[in-house]
Amino acid sequence: MQQPNKLTPFFENINFERDDNTMVINFGPQHPSAHGQLRLILELDGEKVVKATPDIGYLHRGVEKMAENMMYNEFLPTTDRLDYIASTANNYAYAAAVEKLIGVEVPRRAQVIRTMLLELNRIISHLFFVATHALDVGAMSVFLYAFREREYAMDLMEDYCGARLTHSSIRIGGVPLDLPKDWISNLISFCDKVEYELEHTYNALLQENRIWKMRLEDVGVLSADEALSWGCSGIMLRGSGVKYDIRKEEPYELYGELDFDIPVSDRCDSYGRYRLYMEEMKQSIRIIRQLIPMYKDTTPELMANAPEYISAPKEQIMTQNYSLMQHFVLVTQGMRPPKGEVYVPTESPKGELGFYIKSEGEPYAYRLKVRAPSFYHTGLLQEILVGTYIADVVTIIGSTNIVFGEVDR
Amino acid sequence: MRKYTPKDNVQKKSYHTDRFWTAPRVPQESVEEGSHFADVVNAMGDLAKEAFVSLGQLVVWIDATKNKEALSLLRDECGYVQCSELSAVDYLAQDGEFEIFYQLLNISNASRVRVKCRIKEGEAIESITTIFKSANFAEREMFDMFGIYVNNHPYLKRILMPEDWQGHPLLKTYPLQGDEFASWYEVDKIFGKEYRDIIGPENRDPSRIDKDDTKRFSRVGYEVPFGAEPTDTPTPIEYSETTLVDYNKSSTQLDERR
Repeated sequence: MQQPNKLTPFFENINFERDDNTMVINFGPQHPSAHGQLRLILELDGEKVVKATPDIGYLHRGVEKMAENMMYNEFLPTTDRLDYIASTANNYAYAAAVEKLIGVEVPRRAQVIRTMLLELNRIISHLFFVATHALDVGAMSVFLYAFREREYAMDLMEDYCGARLTHSSIRIGGVPLDLPKDWISNLISFCDKVEYELEHTYNALLQENRIWKMRLEDVGVLSADEALSWGCSGIMLRGSGVKYDIRKEEPYELYGELDFDIPVSDRCDSYGRYRLYMEEMKQSIRIIRQLIPMYKDTTPELMANAPEYISAPKEQIMTQNYSLMQHFVLVTQGMRPPKGEVYVPTESPKGELGFYIKSEGEPYAYRLKVRAPSFYHTGLLQEILVGTYIADVVTIIGSTNIVFGEVDR
Repeated sequence: MRKYTPKDNVQKKSYHTDRFWTAPRVPQESVEEGSHFADVVNAMGDLAKEAFVSLGQLVVWIDATKNKEALSLLRDECGYVQCSELSAVDYLAQDGEFEIFYQLLNISNASRVRVKCRIKEGEAIESITTIFKSANFAEREMFDMFGIYVNNHPYLKRILMPEDWQGHPLLKTYPLQGDEFASWYEVDKIFGKEYRDIIGPENRDPSRIDKDDTKRFSRVGYEVPFGAEPTDTPTPIEYSETTLVDYNKSSTQLDERR
């Protein structure tokens, strides 16, 4: 037995050396494949993982505490910092929860723009997944190509809202800006480009690649029951053969009117999940293509008309005295939603992103809980990693697509 | 006289509230006969103390001691196979109680139920990890954030805060900027207690502006190199030019590749 003191600290692996025991290794928190600040304590028997303990909290910023001390509109930019790969999805999930609480109707043009941005963000996030997942597994060139396309998508986002990563481009009650000139034509060209590249670059590089298939097939196998029990959502769930997409089942924004398919894989492994990501990007492009003609049929209103909660348009504020007064109260005191609670689930690129808001009729939320998909996917690691080999650990973490901004919050 | 600030709830308050204003309520509808939610309430029987539909989701109040029975019944008989969220709300200042909610999902008909219960301060709740494995992390987070003990949890340990942390951050008594313990935590940890006098407590207020601090809080437009004395010579701000890719132009290139 070791007697640790200040000079001779406890050595985790001495038992291993002496008694032919399991070896304990620390994976992270500073590991290039840990997708952020994940620390995994792995117990190895040879090369086999016998126990995995995820340790999180290295990026904890107290977002939920901050939400309790910020007005509803003030908090919106903070949601960007949850899943920073797809911040519009977070903005939307939060805005949707508040809108449901106060019960406002969003104008159609704002809905079209929101859906476009959400799908563009899904492409950004999925491209990022393909890039980093391939890099983790060892395919360097995919990373370079995918980041090139992601850059174009981020240029589009920048053209729309001025930010590349933390957009805050969706507001409670609508969107702040109309689409700039030429944006639609740029978007069409971008869709053409991504569609072409998906087929001719990524699929050509990965889909039938022998090494890629060897590294991914039958790795990280997750049954449907386990996936449901562990709270998996999004592609983790559909990769296990459960056809559940919130966009389809509980449609929000314009998803009810759009024609798109939900790809499902019953392979239950990392390769199936990778195929789903690729297929979802194609579906996102399909959705964007349908939204473009819809945009042309809309009237130019962008923000909901609910003077009690949402400021009037700029022109009205500058000409109508009462609108100016209401705007002043909404900016200094903030909106006061009715008493009650709401939980709104949305399909973010990572899975089910939901905001639970408990309001006591004050301008500050009494409690705000972020239901982050990655948090539950991190919890899953303690089960899914057991029995796999150490070489597959990185593949499995990569294929869960966790982002630590929303795991730790 | 100094303004009275309640210590049991240090959440930020609005600076002005109209005396005659009463907050409206989110509508609570009774459960419609013959709907799926009515079947759920009937299946729960006595377990459901109160049930109503709020914004399209069923809310069921149960007894906190019967949470396992209620949730396993919902899973096995009503098809609520996923517990998508679980957490608590602090009502210690008003009622001396925590409100715990379980958000459940039925994937076959896309309906959601929120099961709620209340426990007194100092009481523990039974773990539901045997029913839903997703509760493993969620209950740990609830313990970490509120200090609610969960009985029979396989690994009830702090999850987001450091293990040697004192206090539970999401309690209403916990200040946003952190308490006394938080202000010394990193000083003690990195340098040691004996350096407290030299370093001073940590200020976690992100909006704090130290007017004498010219290094970390830069004088916009009058920046100087690190360590140099501040001057009045302006440094012009340069913005980087961002040019968009002209997709229309490069599409000919794309056509060529095709």
